[in-house]
Amino acid sequence: MTTLVIRGGTVLDRTGERRADVLVADGVVRDVGSGLGDADTVLDATGCVVTPGFVDLHTHLREPGREEAETIETGSRAAALGGYTAVVAMPNTDPPQDARGVVEFVRAQGEAAGLCEVLPAGCITIGRAGEQLAPFAELVDAGVRIFTDDGNGVQDPLLMRRAMEYSLGLDMVLAQHCEVSRLTQGAVMHEGRCCSELGLPGWPAVAEELMVHRDIELARLTGARIHLLHLSTARSVELVRAAKADGLRVTAEVSPHHLALTDEALRGYDPVFKVNPPLRTADDIAALKAGLADGTIDAIATDHAPHPPEDKERPLDDAPPGMLGLETALGVALAVLDLPLADVVAALSWKPAAIAGVADRHGTPIHPGNPANLVVFDPGVRWQVQPARLASRSRNTPYVGMDLRGRVRHTVLRGEPVVIDGTAQR
Amino acid sequence: MKHLRSIAEIGPDAVRRLLDLTDTMVEVNQRANPRVPALRGKTVCNLFFEDSTRTRLSFETAAKRLSADVMTFNVSTSSVNKGESLRDTIETIAAMGVDAFVIRHRSSGVPWQVSRWTTASIVNGGDGWHAHPTQALLDAYTVRTALGRTGGLEGVRVTVVGDIRHSRVARSDVEVFTMLGADVTLVAPATLLPPVPPAPATDDLDSVIEKTDVLYLLRMQRERMTEALVPSLREYSARFGLTAARAARLPDHALVMHPGPMNRGVEILVDPAELPGAVITQQVANGVAVRMAVLFDLLGSGREMEEAA
Repeated sequence: MTTLVIRGGTVLDRTGERRADVLVADGVVRDVGSGLGDADTVLDATGCVVTPGFVDLHTHLREPGREEAETIETGSRAAALGGYTAVVAMPNTDPPQDARGVVEFVRAQGEAAGLCEVLPAGCITIGRAGEQLAPFAELVDAGVRIFTDDGNGVQDPLLMRRAMEYSLGLDMVLAQHCEVSRLTQGAVMHEGRCCSELGLPGWPAVAEELMVHRDIELARLTGARIHLLHLSTARSVELVRAAKADGLRVTAEVSPHHLALTDEALRGYDPVFKVNPPLRTADDIAALKAGLADGTIDAIATDHAPHPPEDKERPLDDAPPGMLGLETALGVALAVLDLPLADVVAALSWKPAAIAGVADRHGTPIHPGNPANLVVFDPGVRWQVQPARLASRSRNTPYVGMDLRGRVRHTVLRGEPVVIDGTAQR
Repeated sequence: MKHLRSIAEIGPDAVRRLLDLTDTMVEVNQRANPRVPALRGKTVCNLFFEDSTRTRLSFETAAKRLSADVMTFNVSTSSVNKGESLRDTIETIAAMGVDAFVIRHRSSGVPWQVSRWTTASIVNGGDGWHAHPTQALLDAYTVRTALGRTGGLEGVRVTVVGDIRHSRVARSDVEVFTMLGADVTLVAPATLLPPVPPAPATDDLDSVIEKTDVLYLLRMQRERMTEALVPSLREYSARFGLTAARAARLPDHALVMHPGPMNRGVEILVDPAELPGAVITQQVANGVAVRMAVLFDLLGSGREMEEAA
């Protein structure tokens, strides 16, 4: 196997920060120190930070079923360019990831693409229909660690209770899309002043908060480990903060767009800004940022949701929700968050790695002997996204015209450079 | 003015200009031959994705009286039913040479989306719950004329009653009346108000009826019953309908308006023909003149209108 040295950067991991070169061989970190040389490949990291690769808890790769929007290969390439060495592939595929065969297919396609590790999530219920539990143990045996019906919340409280109870002996986490669907029927955007003026049906914050509250209480009852996906409201953050203070096994994530954009973005009626849960208010953004700062929210997760242009050109109430995120997450996070860099990287890397059950190989300290899943990024560079140059098969980025800060330069997967100087190597 | 998509977007100066221009169009419409060559050579496409006989006929009549060529495209007979996208529909028709699209669609915001795909002017003929600016202009014109005003509507007390939440007429009318200086009060149960109402709101019609110069009744749609927005039409009528008792308490000069079509026995329980202040048929008549003013403002030039007049 080839050797690789990352030279001239600042190494940052959960053990701290130091100026050092990193020597990689045979897929693992071989040495960390100054003046390391003599490798087959030299990656320049001058002015850059070298950290463990990012882990996305929330990626829609669309394959199988919606390959015109994204494939596992194109999504993996977008992930690698965004600094991710592992992504959790959401199970709302067609067929859905509720059986071993589909999960194995997704994992195999990820390995074939070879750009990042693809971690298939499993469904909580068969067909994500909210009626019958998916075979958790079979899927855990197939390597699944995160279970979710994402896109749908599990509406039935009895079924959710049973899912939590049944999960107790298994090495898994239940991840909830928090939305009481009876309160959001036909909803297009956040319920508030803006939707009132635009004449669009509102998605009330309480529809999320009720399910956050319900699942926290069910977790208290059952002792199950739960993860709350893409939190978007101030009250949700408060509920999770209280649950953590009570010692419950609850984790939570926030998406970059919920930190960067508000419902005002819908004023031009462009469906690219339609997302579920919807963009909310400046007050919600402030609460989400505070939640990240104090650790209430564990992870930044993209909810990367590709849709082809023809779908995002439908009338707003008819267009599918979702926006791209993999290639912009770091740039958005560093542009909008006023946090120490180590905290931002923690929320992108080792904290989500632990939730996804891959802390043995992602988010690990950059120490000799550890797996070499790494990212090198320039934290200061300012840039703007060019939709036509995205690696994703879709173009539905909401960040056109926004100044982003921080950009990935190199990504190393299992010791191999999959991105060099911002260019994917495969 | 490039488009008329909402009242808020064009602002007060354009609103007053259009209302003044409507006076001229009313005069044209009173002629034996109500037709002027102002828009000869221009093509107006009425693109109706939602049924609307009266608004469509009103726009067609307006365009024809200005001598524009008119294409009317109804969704029921269109290729949209064959899976063609909205964008492809617009680009295909625009390629035939269209100067203005009049668009009605059940989805809020479609006029804004369409204006990204064509250089033609866009007139919003009603989008979802959002806006119906020509209705607002004809309502403002009707009030202005009936009250003998020439400028704005300063101090006029407008009471809008009914399903404001789902009403594009209400949203646009509140905008135009407020813009012209009127004091607007909304009357509805909270279930029929937007989450953040655009004007002060009450659910007590009887408390405001005597302080009303213009009573604007909205259409109450029967399907709202199934959505638990009101317990029954009977209860709605009792609380929010214009009964004979309420009509008797209106000030003598008060106007009664309705965008049509009326649900007799629901929001209006008296015969409007017997209400001296009812101006519902004037609203329809003014609709043609207002739409002529809008089309002329978008597509014509002042010189052509002077020649025509």
